[in-house]
Amino acid sequence: MSLATEPTTADAKQHHLALHEAFLATARARGAPAFVRALRARAAERFLEAGFPTTRDEDWKYTSVAPIAKVPFRLADAAALVVDAARVGPQRLEGAHEIVFVNGAYSPALSSKGAAEPGLLVGRLADAIAKDAGAVEPHLGRHASIDASPFAALNTAFLDDGAFVRIDKGALIERPIHVIFLSTAAGQPVACHPRLLCVAGEKAEAKIVETFAGIDGAATFTNAVAEYVLGPASVVKHTKVQRESEGAFHVSTTHLDLDRSVTYASQSISIGGSLVRNDVNAVCGGEGCEVTLDGLYLARGRQHVDNHTTIDHAKPNCASREVYKGVLDGRSRGVFNGKVYVRPDAQKTDGKQTNKNLLLSEHASIDTKPQLEIFANDVKCTHGATIGQIDEDALFYLRSRGIDRETARGLLIYAFATEITHKVPVEKLRSRLEEWVLRWLPERTAIGEAP
Amino acid sequence: MLEIKNLHATAGGKEILKGVDLSVKTGEVHAIMGPNGSGKSTLAQVLAGREALEVTEGSVTYLGRDLLDMDAEERAREGIFLAFQYPVEIPGVSNTYFLKAALNAIRKHRGEPEVDAVEFLSLVKKRMKLVDMDEALLKRPVNEGFSGGEKKRNEIFQMAVLEPKLGILDETDSGLDIDALKIVARGVNSLRAKDRAFVVVTHYQRLLNYIVPDFVHVLAGGRIVRSGGKELAHELEAKGYGGFEGAA
Repeated sequence: MSLATEPTTADAKQHHLALHEAFLATARARGAPAFVRALRARAAERFLEAGFPTTRDEDWKYTSVAPIAKVPFRLADAAALVVDAARVGPQRLEGAHEIVFVNGAYSPALSSKGAAEPGLLVGRLADAIAKDAGAVEPHLGRHASIDASPFAALNTAFLDDGAFVRIDKGALIERPIHVIFLSTAAGQPVACHPRLLCVAGEKAEAKIVETFAGIDGAATFTNAVAEYVLGPASVVKHTKVQRESEGAFHVSTTHLDLDRSVTYASQSISIGGSLVRNDVNAVCGGEGCEVTLDGLYLARGRQHVDNHTTIDHAKPNCASREVYKGVLDGRSRGVFNGKVYVRPDAQKTDGKQTNKNLLLSEHASIDTKPQLEIFANDVKCTHGATIGQIDEDALFYLRSRGIDRETARGLLIYAFATEITHKVPVEKLRSRLEEWVLRWLPERTAIGEAP
Repeated sequence: MLEIKNLHATAGGKEILKGVDLSVKTGEVHAIMGPNGSGKSTLAQVLAGREALEVTEGSVTYLGRDLLDMDAEERAREGIFLAFQYPVEIPGVSNTYFLKAALNAIRKHRGEPEVDAVEFLSLVKKRMKLVDMDEALLKRPVNEGFSGGEKKRNEIFQMAVLEPKLGILDETDSGLDIDALKIVARGVNSLRAKDRAFVVVTHYQRLLNYIVPDFVHVLAGGRIVRSGGKELAHELEAKGYGGFEGAA
């Protein structure tokens, strides 16, 4: 690589493949069971073939990964990581079944071992692979498609450890399950590949929260993959919070495999990061599913936040609801792409998708695109997108009661954003998110406590 | 208290108010009637400070101050309250929060101590009875899911809490049945005072049977073309606005 030109995505591909070679050479990597090594190999091959996406790829048309390609990331050195427990405090959820990872590696010191609930296992993927491969092998890497996403392929190539959540058939888990993925870089930019596998049995019920948080402002590259395999009639509520550092890159792929009659409701909240891309792919693999994908993204400065979702109505009689809202300030850029596939036999599909954006400055922008591919004929599918500024009528109404313009604007932005945070089922997290929205509001907003 | 002289205002480039003159003394209730499109609502909103309406000529003096020089929130803090014809819904902001914030902004401006949540609730309870408002509605987002009647009562309720010096009612009776009308009127009447004035904008005479005005003015073609006592309202009801339509 010459010093005169910046690294291209092709150079970056080689760089990360070299990191991969180094990883494979470690004793730890070599000690993994055959099925894990096979998954890695296939994924690496796929990544070699595809490389990092460019804006010529339809799925990456509005999001250039050049900023990630430019940085010579190294892999996190698990042993060297010392994170002050006090820094983790603000992310914790008291009373939850909590497990903490730092740069993708399990941190025993930071993970709490609260009272267990029957029917729930929250632990390390590496342990599950070693002791109970039968529970893991049918699912790990079978759901998140490495063909569709080069980033998912790259993550799988580094498959090693991660979080494993297993909820037994019929288990009704009361306390939330919380997986915290922390990113930190001490001096040099660090890349990590967090992994989560969640398997829920028939009629299991649980709430699960994934938090991605950055400890310092440094350049970290989090490339996460989460697979959720939900058994028939299970009820799972899922919240993903992305609060990486200002200079961080965050790419996540979440794959949801839903059996018949599953009720799945999720919120994806994105606040931090400099370049963020979230892919959520849900497959209604059985009749009678109810899928809700809600999202909120707050962006300002030069942040770039891209949310791509896919809902595959593979079976009849399933309902999907999607509301993604964005607030964009400064020179930030948002991207929303919601695909809904309705397969030929998926009669009585009921799908509704909405994307609403509030642009606070003239330089903020959003590219929003719904994609409906409907092949069945007895379906109800609607979609809508709005891009607007603050409602002048509402603003005047508040001001006509004596509330100053800046506070009134803040109230309306707060109201817009918290429609999504209100859906978060874990109360402590919900109030925390409301606080974060309050603090995110433009300066001079004199809102005391949460409206 | 309010002196409007030769007021001209445009909306979307079109001139709606074409030289309005009006004088309101404290303690008085003035009714503004007129055909549709005459500019009644525009007048109400211009007084409240809606920026989309541009004042091109004339002056408005309020308590000796230049009203047009004050922005909307300042006018509210100085004691002007507009009861909207079409109150907006604001999902995500509760009635409680909104009204408490407004009340405190006004009190702060007046140099009075702000109220906390407890004081606010007790203050508000009395006012709610005045307009037959259900306490449960307080917790709901502003006007969300409110019926037309509930929205109008919410306007009067807010007015009762904020205690303005000048209350401007913009077609508060539109869309109301007789029972809702009586409740609204009761609320307004209970607020009549020597140190308070009202400008009641209405198309129909019916409201004025309950909120009896001291003066009635006819606004047509963007100007006040006739003024009189409360009997003028009955005359208009009998004869209609025909004679005034688009009067130059």
